[in-house]
Amino acid sequence: MPPAKSLFDKVWDAHAVRELPDGQTQLFIGLHLIHEVTSPQAFAMLREMKLPVRFPARTFATVDHIIPTDSQHRPFADSLAEEMLVHLERSCREHGIRFFDAASGKQGIVHVIGPELGLTQPGMTVACGDSHTSTHGAFGAIAFGIGTSQVRDVLATQCLALSRPKVRRIEVTGKLGGGVYAKDVILHIIRRLGVNGGVGFAYEYAGPVIEAFSMEERLTLCNMSIEGGARVGYVNPDETTFAYLRGRELAPQGAHWERAVAWWRSMASDPGAHYDERVSLAGNEIEPTVTWGINPGQACGVNEPIPRLSEVRAEERAQVAEALEFMGLAGGRPLAGTKIDVAFIGSCTNGRISDLREAARVARLGRVAPGVRTYVVPGSQAVARQAEAEGLPEVFRAAGFDWREPGCSMCLAMNPDKLVGRELCASSSNRNFKGRQGSPTGRTLLMSPAMVAAAAIRGHVVDVREVL
Amino acid sequence: MAQRAAGGRSETAGLDRVEGRGCVLRGDDIDTDRIIPARYLRCVTFDGIGEHAFSDDRKQAKGDHPLDDPRFRGASILIVGRNFGCGSSREHAPQALMRFGFEAFVGASFAEIFAGNCTALGLPCVTLGERDLEALMDSVSLDPAQRIVIDLAARTLTSRAGTVAAGLRDGVRKALLEGSWNATAVLIEAGDAIERTAARLPYASGFAT
Repeated sequence: MPPAKSLFDKVWDAHAVRELPDGQTQLFIGLHLIHEVTSPQAFAMLREMKLPVRFPARTFATVDHIIPTDSQHRPFADSLAEEMLVHLERSCREHGIRFFDAASGKQGIVHVIGPELGLTQPGMTVACGDSHTSTHGAFGAIAFGIGTSQVRDVLATQCLALSRPKVRRIEVTGKLGGGVYAKDVILHIIRRLGVNGGVGFAYEYAGPVIEAFSMEERLTLCNMSIEGGARVGYVNPDETTFAYLRGRELAPQGAHWERAVAWWRSMASDPGAHYDERVSLAGNEIEPTVTWGINPGQACGVNEPIPRLSEVRAEERAQVAEALEFMGLAGGRPLAGTKIDVAFIGSCTNGRISDLREAARVARLGRVAPGVRTYVVPGSQAVARQAEAEGLPEVFRAAGFDWREPGCSMCLAMNPDKLVGRELCASSSNRNFKGRQGSPTGRTLLMSPAMVAAAAIRGHVVDVREVL
Repeated sequence: MAQRAAGGRSETAGLDRVEGRGCVLRGDDIDTDRIIPARYLRCVTFDGIGEHAFSDDRKQAKGDHPLDDPRFRGASILIVGRNFGCGSSREHAPQALMRFGFEAFVGASFAEIFAGNCTALGLPCVTLGERDLEALMDSVSLDPAQRIVIDLAARTLTSRAGTVAAGLRDGVRKALLEGSWNATAVLIEAGDAIERTAARLPYASGFAT
């Protein structure tokens, strides 16, 4: 019997090309995803070094960060955005890289289209010049967010030089209550373990709550691993994973399918595998969770009082004071009842069909409150088509929501969708950093898509369980 | 000052020390959106990105920001708190700080992707113990003109506050000392071993065999 190993160790060992002189591992990357923001400089560096792309068939491109969500028509009004897209198109043509552009019908946020096309598969290594690449770990892949110099490394060699992280297994036990979603679970984990608690670790998510999750819920969970400091987060592949992949355009087909499933199954963590650390959290204690501060760990249950300065540890006091001042919130009071200006449903965290269905379930129960600006942004063209087939755009429009074209939209303000001034946004995205949504003084409350929809129709933050 | 290629610091010689004045930027969990707001990522080169470092924070501070403090003008070592550079993988963050004039970072801890991006550019991120960091921040705040020396070989940092241990991972230290921080060149040396590794992975052939 071979020794029991975690999925992380199996995948790492299978992809190790060699140990490097500096002690790092040269790791082969099975799937490389690129987009317009972090790749132009990498292609320029490649040209400077006079190097070709070594495995062009292992890199796939799309456009997401800069694309406007009112109309995808070219040329874009923003000439800088247009120039970035032209660069990406040229580089893909020059190097023979497949590009899922707006005309392909397959465009979308890179972390939405990789899974839905069947590109992301268990047992793979995945890299992309975007920190939310951890999303792909939902399939039992080991997926790294990388910088532009590393995008160059992957283009030139299909490899990365990486230090082996430790592995922490996070079990979520029991069952979630109604109105509590994967987004609440990951916000709760980050709150408990801290925004830097995962530095140096890969997170393996496990336990009954995670096993019961759909693939889309697992994608939401793994997506925000990086917000807890963990570059990598994954869930072991199981029947849910295989059922999701079956029949996807770029997943194995026919006779190859059975061989694929057998290998994927063999890559899952063995019982008795070693973990550097283990953490267990009770699923039934998780409440609909909302951030009150300026990092994703500054979160609490929607009805729970925001911490008072006097209650927090001395070393955190300055930071909490800065957060409360920036947010204009008072410690000691719950977030429920806080008036919002903007509601954003979308992003690589929560822009998938199940997210839109949950938000639509709430939207059917009311109308957007006066004075609230809304954005409902599908994560990809495929998600948009599915939503249309189910009549969701009509549901949203009838309730006064603004249904838009796919892209990253208001998550990060590299496109026209932005907060203005000190607007307060209920957002299904992943970061509440100062300035994140485009206004230096704009404020973000992270929550599940259903909670965002509920806040939009009430005009203030509300426990979605009171609305449903 | 070291010459800067598009990728980062010139590798012609290894880097065994960084010497210069410090700039003290207090606060924990300072994220990449603050270091370089996303609207400045709408570019196809890193040219000119340095002037936008901490753009929104500086505007809001109306000149009262460490990067605009005349006492810290010309500083090449940025002294920060815990979990500096958390958030996005954008290399634009270290690129902006490098182009603003910083050649090294000293802090309590660094976010992983940020630190990796810095290494790829030949910019050391060294860590100090809590007390040593506090003493360094106080010392540099009182006497910003003093010279700070980060000795990468010895893993020490010397200032008016004394000489203290400076943390730097073995692999990173070696890459900096040897001038081998451009990983592409190192990775290419594996030659056919890359293709051989790929051939062992059943998915590389689409599970054909």
